[in-house]
Amino acid sequence: MSNPTHGMAPGLRIYLTGFTLALILTAIPFGLVAFEILPRTPALLTIAVLAIVQVLVHLRYFLHLDLKHTPRENLFALLFAAFLIFIMVGGSLWIMFDLHHRMM
Amino acid sequence: MLGRLSIDALPLYSWVAMTGAFVTIAGALSVLGLVTWMGKWRYLWTEWLTSVDHKRIGIMYVVLALVMLMRGFIDALMMRSQQAIALNSEGYLPPDHFDQIFSSHGTIMVIFMAMPFLTGLINIVVPQQIGARDVAFPFLNSLSFWLTAGGAGLVLVSLVIGKFSTAGWTGYPPYSGIDYNPYVGVDYWVWSLVLSGVASTLTGINFIVTILKMRAPGMTLMRMPLMTWTALCASLLMAFAFPALTVAGGMLELDRLFGMHFFTNDAGGNIMMFANLLWIWGHPEVYILILPAFGVFSHVVTTFSGKRLFGYASLVYATIAIMILSFSVWLHHFFTMGSSANVNAFFGIATMIIAVPTGVKVFDWIFTMYRGRIRFHTSMLFTLGFLVTFVIGGVSGVLLAVPPVDFLMHNTTFLVAHFHNMLIPGALFGYFAGFQFWFPKAFGFRLDERWGNRSFWCWIIGFYLAFMPLYYLGFMGMPRRMEHYSVADWQPHLIVAAAGAALILVGIILMIVQLVVSVRRRDELRDLAGDPWNGRTLEWLTSSPPAPYNFAVIPEVRGLDAFHELKERGVAYVRPDHYEDIRMPKNTACGLLIGGCAFVFGFAMVWHLWWLAVISVLAGLVVVVFRGSQDETEYTMSAQEVEAIENARYEQLAKAPRPEFDEEEEVIPGAPLRGGVM
Amino acid sequence: MSAASQSAPVAMPAGFLDTERRSKRALGFWVYLMSDAIIFALVFATYVVLSRNYAGGPTAAELFDLKRTFGETMLLLFSSATFGFATLAMLEGNRARLLVWLVLTVALGAGFVALEIGEFLGMIEGGATPDRSAFLSAFFTLVGLHGLHVSVGLVWILVLMGQLLIKGLTRPVASRLFRLGLFWHFLDIIWIGIFSVVYLPGVL
Repeated sequence: MSNPTHGMAPGLRIYLTGFTLALILTAIPFGLVAFEILPRTPALLTIAVLAIVQVLVHLRYFLHLDLKHTPRENLFALLFAAFLIFIMVGGSLWIMFDLHHRMM
Repeated sequence: MLGRLSIDALPLYSWVAMTGAFVTIAGALSVLGLVTWMGKWRYLWTEWLTSVDHKRIGIMYVVLALVMLMRGFIDALMMRSQQAIALNSEGYLPPDHFDQIFSSHGTIMVIFMAMPFLTGLINIVVPQQIGARDVAFPFLNSLSFWLTAGGAGLVLVSLVIGKFSTAGWTGYPPYSGIDYNPYVGVDYWVWSLVLSGVASTLTGINFIVTILKMRAPGMTLMRMPLMTWTALCASLLMAFAFPALTVAGGMLELDRLFGMHFFTNDAGGNIMMFANLLWIWGHPEVYILILPAFGVFSHVVTTFSGKRLFGYASLVYATIAIMILSFSVWLHHFFTMGSSANVNAFFGIATMIIAVPTGVKVFDWIFTMYRGRIRFHTSMLFTLGFLVTFVIGGVSGVLLAVPPVDFLMHNTTFLVAHFHNMLIPGALFGYFAGFQFWFPKAFGFRLDERWGNRSFWCWIIGFYLAFMPLYYLGFMGMPRRMEHYSVADWQPHLIVAAAGAALILVGIILMIVQLVVSVRRRDELRDLAGDPWNGRTLEWLTSSPPAPYNFAVIPEVRGLDAFHELKERGVAYVRPDHYEDIRMPKNTACGLLIGGCAFVFGFAMVWHLWWLAVISVLAGLVVVVFRGSQDETEYTMSAQEVEAIENARYEQLAKAPRPEFDEEEEVIPGAPLRGGVM
Repeated sequence: MSAASQSAPVAMPAGFLDTERRSKRALGFWVYLMSDAIIFALVFATYVVLSRNYAGGPTAAELFDLKRTFGETMLLLFSSATFGFATLAMLEGNRARLLVWLVLTVALGAGFVALEIGEFLGMIEGGATPDRSAFLSAFFTLVGLHGLHVSVGLVWILVLMGQLLIKGLTRPVASRLFRLGLFWHFLDIIWIGIFSVVYLPGVL
C-alpha cells in the first residue's frame, strides 16, 4: 500500500539519507551564525539558499515527491502554491518596503 | 461569567434597529413554528439538515443565499432612502446605525449572499456535469455548509444582540482596532468572516479533488463543460486566496483581544499591511464571484442559441488566465496608499491586462449567439442584460486602473457604481440565470417564464436607475458612505437612485411571485424527461430531480457537449441490460454539530465568554475525533433498489411529450440560414 | 503509485478502501497542506515587514537563544525521522514496532513544544510580551501558530494510536496515518522557514 502522493516505496535508506542531508543543511547555517564566519549579507544569502535546498530535501526524502511517480495533480498543486507564495510574499514585501522607503 | 454581555446589548437605541431585531426574531420564530405545525422536523432532520447529498446541500446553500439577499437588500433600500432625504437633515438613520448598515450590506452581499449562491449552484450542477455520483468528500461538503450557515447566523444575531461593525465591509484599521471600536461590532464581523472563510477553503479543496479525480471516463480536461472549468478555477481561488482573509482577520482579532500591534498606530504596527493582506484575498474573491457566473452564461447562451459554444478553447484559456492574473492586481484597491510610481504602474497595467481575457469571453458569447436561433428564456434575458451592462462596468474598471484617475475617483460613489456594475450583472445576474436554468433539474418543474421576464425587466431597469446616477455623482465628487450631506446638486441624482432601488424591490417581489405561481402550476410545468431546454451537457441526462446516485450507469464521454452527442447518436436513453450495487455516503449530523460549535465559539469570542469558547472548542474537537474514527461512512444501495428507481424513471420518460423545440440543426456561422431570413 | 502498492508487502487486513478513494483523500489533504502553507507564507511576510519594529522594546538579538533554537530544531528533525521509521513499520504491518516509533515521535514532539513554551514564558517574564511591540506580536503569532500545529499533530498521533490499539492496523487507520505523516513532515518544513527567517537573521 502506498500513499498516492509518493512515488517510490519509502525505505530505510531513503529516510536515513534525507535525515543526514537535513542534519548537515541545518548544522551549516547554525554554525555560520554561531561562529560569525561570514559578514551579514552573504550569511543571509547562504541561509536562504540552504533553507530552500533543505525544503527540497524534505520534499524528496520525507514526503517522497519525485517528478516521475507523484501524480500530476499533486505536483501541480505544489507548483501553483509555490508560485502564489512567490507572488504574495514577494509582492507584499515589495509593496511594504517601497512604502517604508517613501515614508522615511 | 457573562463577559461583555448585558442588557445594554439589546438594540434599544433606535426604533429602526428595534424593528430590525423584531423582524429577525419574528422570522426565525415563524420558520420554527411553521416546521412544527407541519410536523416536518423529522423529515427536515433526516432528509436535509444531516444530508450529505450534494444536490440537497446545494439547495440549502441557495436558500441561505436568498434569505441573506433579502437581508442585504433591505440594507440597500435603507441606505438609498436615507441618502435621498438627508440633504441638510439627519434623515431617519443616526450615523452609527447608518454605518452598521453599509458594513453589513457589503459583508452580507459578498460573503453570505454571493458565496453561498455560487457554491450552491456549483454543488447542484458540477458533479452531474462531470458524470459523478457525489463530490469527493460529501461530509466535508456538509461541514462547509454548516460553517457558512454559522457565520451567517452570527451576522443575523448581531441584529438582535449587540451591534454589527461600523467599519465598512473591508474593516480597515486603525478604525476597526480596539481603540476606536471597543464594542462588539468588529468582532462579529471578523468571526463571521473567519467561519465562512474556512468553509470556503474547504469547499475549494472539495471541488478541486472532485473535478480533477471524479470525471466520467472519456471526459478529458478539454472536454469539461464550461461551468466545470469555471468551478475548478473558482475552487483553486477559494483554496489559495481565502487563507489571506483568515490571516488578516485573525491578526486583527489578536490586536483586539490581546492588545497586539499588527495594525495599530503605535508600537510599530503597520496599518497598510492589513489592506495588503485583505486585498490579496479580496481581488481573487471578485473572480471567485464572477467566474462561476461566466460558466452559467456560457451554458445559457449555447443552449438557448441552439449552437455549439463559439471558441470553447479560448473560453477555457481566458478563464485560466483570469484566475492567474487575479492574484497579481491587488494593489489597485489601494493605489492612494502612496506607493512609488513603479509599484502603481505595475499593478495598474496588470489590472488592464485582465480586461483582455474578459473581452475574449464577451466576444465568444456574442459569436455563439450569432445566427443562432435564440429562445428568450428568462435566463437568456439575464445573460443579455449581463453582456451589455457588464461591458460598461468593465470600461469604468479600466478607467479606474489608471492610477492618476484612481486618485480622483478613490472613495467616491464612482467606485461604488463601478463595483456594483461588475457584481450585479457579472455575478448576481449569472446566479439568477443559473437559478432559472437549473431550477427544473433541482425540483422537477420549470419556473413560470412570464413572471420571470417581468422580474428581469425590473431588475435591469432598476439597476441602471440606481447606479448610473452614482457614476455621475462620483464625477461631482460625492464620497461614498455619506450619512447626510449639504450639496443640493446631489439630491436629484440620489432620488433617482432610490427610485431604482425601489424598482429592484419590485423585481425581487416578482421573483417571489414567480416562485409561488410556479409551485402552484407545478403539474403543468413538470419536467418529465429531465431535459427541459434541449440541453447539451450531462446534467440533463439525469432525471429531474435526479436520483440520489445521479447516474445508475456512469456515462461514457466521447466529446465536448457529451449529452448532445449521446442524443445525436440516439443512445441517450438506452436502458442498460443490468444494474449494479452503488456505494453511497451515509448521512451524518457531524457537520451540523461542528458548525453549531463553531457558531457558539464565534458568539463566545465576540462577547468574551471564555468558558463557553473553551467548551465549544472541546465539543467540536470531540465530534471531529468521533467522525475521524468512523470507518463505515458509506452504505450500499442494492441493484434491485436502483432498478426500481430507474424503472419508474423510464415510465416517466415514456409519458414525456416530445420536446417542443424543433429538431436541432447545427447552424454554422457564416452559412445562409434556412428560409433566407437575412 | 501502482508500482509501489504492488511492491509493498500486503499486510493490511480488509476493511475496504479502494485506491481511487485513497488517492482522492491524498490529493485533498495535499491541497489542504498547500493552503496551510499559504497561511504560513503570509504570516512570514507579515513577520518580515514588522521584524525591525521593536518600538523601543527588546530586540531579536537580545531575546533569541540560538542553543535553544538548535535544540528545538533537532527535536523536530529527529521526530520527522522517527515518524519515517513508523511509516516503514506500518508498511511491514508490524503494529508493535509502529506504536513504539509513534511513542518516540510523541516524546520528541512534546519535548519541542515544552522547549517552545519555556522560551515563550521566559520572554514574557522578561517583559517581552506579545503586546510590547509589533515585532513581538508577529514573532509570537508566527512561532506560536507553528507550535499550535505541532500540538494538534500530537493530539492527532495520540488519537490514531488509540485507533491502532482498538481497531488494529486496518486499511482506514493506515490511510489516516499516511496523511498524518504528510502533516508531520510538513510542519518540519515550516520550521526550516522559521529558523532561517526568524532566529538566524535575528541573531546575526
